[in-house]
Amino acid sequence: MHNKSVAELSRDLESGKISSVELTREFLDRVKAEDQQYNSFITVTEDQAMADAKAADEQRAAGNATAWTGVPFAHKDLFCTKGVATTAGSKMLADFVPPYDATVTANFRDAGAVSLGKTNMDEFAMGSSNETSFFGAVTNPWGLSSGDKRVPGGSSGGSAAAIAARLVPAATATDTGGSIRLPAAFCGITGLKPTYGRVSRYGIIAFASSLDQGGTMARTAEDNALMLNVMAGFDPKDSTSVDRAVPDYTATLNEPLKGLRVGLPKEYFSDQLSPAMEQQVRNAVKEYEKLGATVKEVSLPHAKLAIAAYYVIAPAEASANLSRFDGVRYGYRCENPQDLHDLYTRTRGEGFGDEVKRRILVGTYALSAGYFDAYYLKAQKVRRLIQQDFINAFKEVDVLMSPVSPSPAFVQGANTSDPVTMYLEDIFTIAVNLAGVPAMSVPAGFVDGLPVGLQIIGNYFDEARLLNAAHQFQQVTDWHQKLPQ
Amino acid sequence: MSISREDIEKVAVLARIRVDEAQISALESDLGNILNLVDELSAADTADIEPLSHPLDAVQRLRADEVTESNQREAFQAIAPATEDGLYLVPRVIE
Repeated sequence: MHNKSVAELSRDLESGKISSVELTREFLDRVKAEDQQYNSFITVTEDQAMADAKAADEQRAAGNATAWTGVPFAHKDLFCTKGVATTAGSKMLADFVPPYDATVTANFRDAGAVSLGKTNMDEFAMGSSNETSFFGAVTNPWGLSSGDKRVPGGSSGGSAAAIAARLVPAATATDTGGSIRLPAAFCGITGLKPTYGRVSRYGIIAFASSLDQGGTMARTAEDNALMLNVMAGFDPKDSTSVDRAVPDYTATLNEPLKGLRVGLPKEYFSDQLSPAMEQQVRNAVKEYEKLGATVKEVSLPHAKLAIAAYYVIAPAEASANLSRFDGVRYGYRCENPQDLHDLYTRTRGEGFGDEVKRRILVGTYALSAGYFDAYYLKAQKVRRLIQQDFINAFKEVDVLMSPVSPSPAFVQGANTSDPVTMYLEDIFTIAVNLAGVPAMSVPAGFVDGLPVGLQIIGNYFDEARLLNAAHQFQQVTDWHQKLPQ
Repeated sequence: MSISREDIEKVAVLARIRVDEAQISALESDLGNILNLVDELSAADTADIEPLSHPLDAVQRLRADEVTESNQREAFQAIAPATEDGLYLVPRVIE
């Protein structure tokens, strides 16, 4: 059962082939038996999951089932779960038990889905390798046969690794600069970062509020569509949530792709891209041509400035958001504070890890007197130029295709000596967040036995078209079905 | 551009983060590298470009001035490090 998709499991539950109690037991047993080698979960909520599974079976028996009733999944540990520890991968929140649910959490609960627990992640979602987690690095299920432990990508590395290892069929995730797409690519699964504002941020612990977006991870595009059906929608509790109708994302999966106009941004096929990766991506684009798509080169002339703009805007917003962790109202507090200043500075000095501290300090510097115009305001102006690139490109084409990353999953510890080296892993993903457009990572081949992700970028609110394009690709390829060796 | 030891100490105070003496050299190098990276921005021509703070250029919604939340003080204070009589406890501020 653990190799089946959400859609298949949902049908098996509906036909009575299996109960949610049996299914949940099977996945929990897999987590217990296998996760020591991956460390993809921070918290496993076994008793709650079994109780939820029993309730789901009763709901189904009563004729009140949704597509998700009784289907096991997991939440990235950035989504607040009432009564269940929510750590954000940080010592600061190691013992934090939220008194409320994130809107996304409540949506899955209302749909009858069964959460098995909370997945590991980079601390406060700041990282590209899942190595900044207070709860330890996550190991990618791919590439273990070579004897090296590789990173799963970050920050949603636990969710991606758990899905690749068949510990859950789906998991929630978030993406601020590539945190869904990079781990999805590195772990050979399918992930979607929706348009900014499509999914409520309420109850998702904030990192950079103008960039953060909750999204989906599963093995197939169809399962991503099923997830987005539950997650998307207007939420008055999120002031940046968009009030716009939500389509049934599964309804258009089978639309033919004939006439789809694909653009290849030339800046994303640059020197940084390894030739072997480029070959896989170009092969995938050829599949789209066979499916009836037309392909042309386009340009995103300001793409090269995206990393620079991001590493001003994201740290600046993080420095403001993370000022809430003060040792007073919740979370970690230092021992024996001498005075209020000592309470704040030691709580934060001891409670945050190195990468989080670096970003808060950079952000504070960029916002401090005398530097605001040169850094933050300048970065926001460049952000407008980057957005304009995408608006111009989408006048000519329907979707953009590119690699997700310059090279496949790297060995743990390889990029930790200089933060900037790690930042460059997100060179092809970050502009999407600055513009706020939706994008997916779809399995599209292998290099040296490691998965390669194809990035498909869409216009604002064009998630249905992205899912359609990914689903059609998955009807003629089987990269997404491959099992880690 | 480089960032000095004094800058780091000043920013650490602004950010309310204790930085140990031993960490400052590493921060000088790491933050210096990050600031070098972001200095690419200065080359961009942004004359007459409006800053973008929200990708959809949305503005804050206003809601009716009505009470929508119930009082959950007990639930919120149950997770606080130290409380007493419904108040959050911090070290003495006024002698």
